[in-house]
Amino acid sequence: MNLPAISVVYRKELTEWLRDRRTLISTVLVPLLAFPILMVGITALATVMIGNAEKEIPKIMILGGEDSPQLLERLHKLDKLEVVPYSVNWRDQISNKDIRAAVEIPKGFQAALTAGTAQTVDIYFYQGELKSSFGADHLQKAIEEYRDSVVRDRLAAKNLPASVLTPFVIKQENVAPPEKVGGASVGGFIGYAVILLCLTGAMYPAIDLTAGEKERGTIETILSSPISRLDLVIGKFLLVFSASLASAILSVTSMGLSFAALGHSHVMQSSGEQSLNLNLGFASVVAVFFMALPLAVLFSAVLMTIALFAKTYKEAQSYLTPLTFLVVIPAVASVMPGVELTPKLALIPVLNTSLVCKEIITGTYHWNSIILIFSSTCVYALAAIFLAVKMFQREDVLFRS
Amino acid sequence: MIETRGLSKVFHDKKRGAIRAVDNVSFVCKPGQIYGLLGANGAGKTTTLRMLATILEPTDGTAVVCGHDVVDEPDKVRANVGFLSAATALYPRLTSREMVEYFGRLNGLDEPTLKKRADEIFSRLDMNSFRDRRCDKLSTGMKQKTSIARTLIHDPQVMIFDEPTIGLDIMTARTIIDFIRECRQRRKTVIFSTHVMSEVEKLCDVVGIIQSGKLLAEGSLAELRDHYRQHDLEEIFVTVVGPYQTNPEA
Repeated sequence: MNLPAISVVYRKELTEWLRDRRTLISTVLVPLLAFPILMVGITALATVMIGNAEKEIPKIMILGGEDSPQLLERLHKLDKLEVVPYSVNWRDQISNKDIRAAVEIPKGFQAALTAGTAQTVDIYFYQGELKSSFGADHLQKAIEEYRDSVVRDRLAAKNLPASVLTPFVIKQENVAPPEKVGGASVGGFIGYAVILLCLTGAMYPAIDLTAGEKERGTIETILSSPISRLDLVIGKFLLVFSASLASAILSVTSMGLSFAALGHSHVMQSSGEQSLNLNLGFASVVAVFFMALPLAVLFSAVLMTIALFAKTYKEAQSYLTPLTFLVVIPAVASVMPGVELTPKLALIPVLNTSLVCKEIITGTYHWNSIILIFSSTCVYALAAIFLAVKMFQREDVLFRS
Repeated sequence: MIETRGLSKVFHDKKRGAIRAVDNVSFVCKPGQIYGLLGANGAGKTTTLRMLATILEPTDGTAVVCGHDVVDEPDKVRANVGFLSAATALYPRLTSREMVEYFGRLNGLDEPTLKKRADEIFSRLDMNSFRDRRCDKLSTGMKQKTSIARTLIHDPQVMIFDEPTIGLDIMTARTIIDFIRECRQRRKTVIFSTHVMSEVEKLCDVVGIIQSGKLLAEGSLAELRDHYRQHDLEEIFVTVVGPYQTNPEA
């Protein structure tokens, strides 16, 4: 290997890469903007929509209940609901969003209540429609309050305290440190994101430096220079690898900033009763990168090898699209609940890194697994580089007609 | 100097089986001489020149370029060769200067020598007005000049031109023809492939007629005219190649 020659190729490829709008979009812009847009944007949008839905006073309809004035009066007095007159087509009105929900009070409800006979009050709503769900919730809450008041009156009549219904209280409390809580919540997702972005970041440079070079007619130009094929492949590979890493680093930085912005925004503080703990340990994130390094090498070499078979940019894209699924499926599988790292799974590329990243983010370091996964991925990566070099030496691949 | 000895190349095709693109070709091209390889499309010209430039490896036989064997010392051969063809394109996102300097560095030139040689070549080829313009913004003529500068930057002793004027307008083609002549004046060994008879008549000291991968006739233009008793090169070419023409309908 001739290091100065490799450096010349790398610097030239870097110059061209930085001037290529297509690869810059996939490697820099997408990782930088994807997370803020997805996380902050969608959360903000959802908050606005929920806020608007909460502000609306839902229109509801009461079906029956003429013989149950107490419940009727309670419902009519509610500030959060607007009771509209009964109409026969109430089902259509709910479906058409003219009203949000309807409540059916069975005949003789109040009499049955006095007699101590259990009755069912039905609430009708439009499932999946946010404002209808809010209307139904308000109705349910109002009716539950009425039921509780009936219970309290009955207990009082028998001189029993309200605590007779709740002899003891059950409470759940988290004892795990904040890093672990954050890791368990988003750990799998971070590993998945880093792996996927290592792949997508490397994809366009890999195509550009192989099939793109063939399509532009520069492959013969470079092969006529004295540089050896090995040095040429290594120089090109290093650029693809750099792009892969740059993409992953930018994405995690962007993700971290997005989480921080979400954590500090009033959106997160006001929307959930239990806000998501997003404190991830810096050491864990660095460790995830370390584990992703051989995987980025593997992706870069494999992508270059496959793309080299293609004669054009488009042909290479069609070859590499199935590869995306091959990476996404194990990466997604690792995020699934219940999928744990086992010695067999530790040898499956992508899945092993994704699983170990999930553990690392939660602060769990199984060193035997880490060493096994890192070294096995290194072996796969070296094999992929060897294959890429061999492909660059095959005339039928370089000059495929 | 270039010397080929029984140079052969076989390609394997799934449908057509083994294809002998170059078949036992031997010739010598001396410094200060332009050797013209004349042949129809698919005759084996490009494959022969690609083997001389070590882009392809011979199946049989070998060639010695500037004292280096193309099979045993391909890197040293390439360091002594300037290869220009219609297929040797430029990197679109590099400037003309960056393109030339890149190839200078790949040829191992140190920075002061590279700068000095690049300045000389840019002045000689009148490229200073567009040297910092990106290659994808250059006209065809500017691109050809950049390609020439790229082949010259390491001052190679052997120049290989594979149909360099194909698809070019008259003025740009003329630039290339003048450049090939200049190479001869500078005592470089020049090999040049074409199917354009007029270019051969204008330039070549020795002509080799190639068809179906075989070198069928060789000699100076005068020797060929004398041997085949015809003056017109096209007639000579048809006489030589005729018996070997394959019928595409067959």
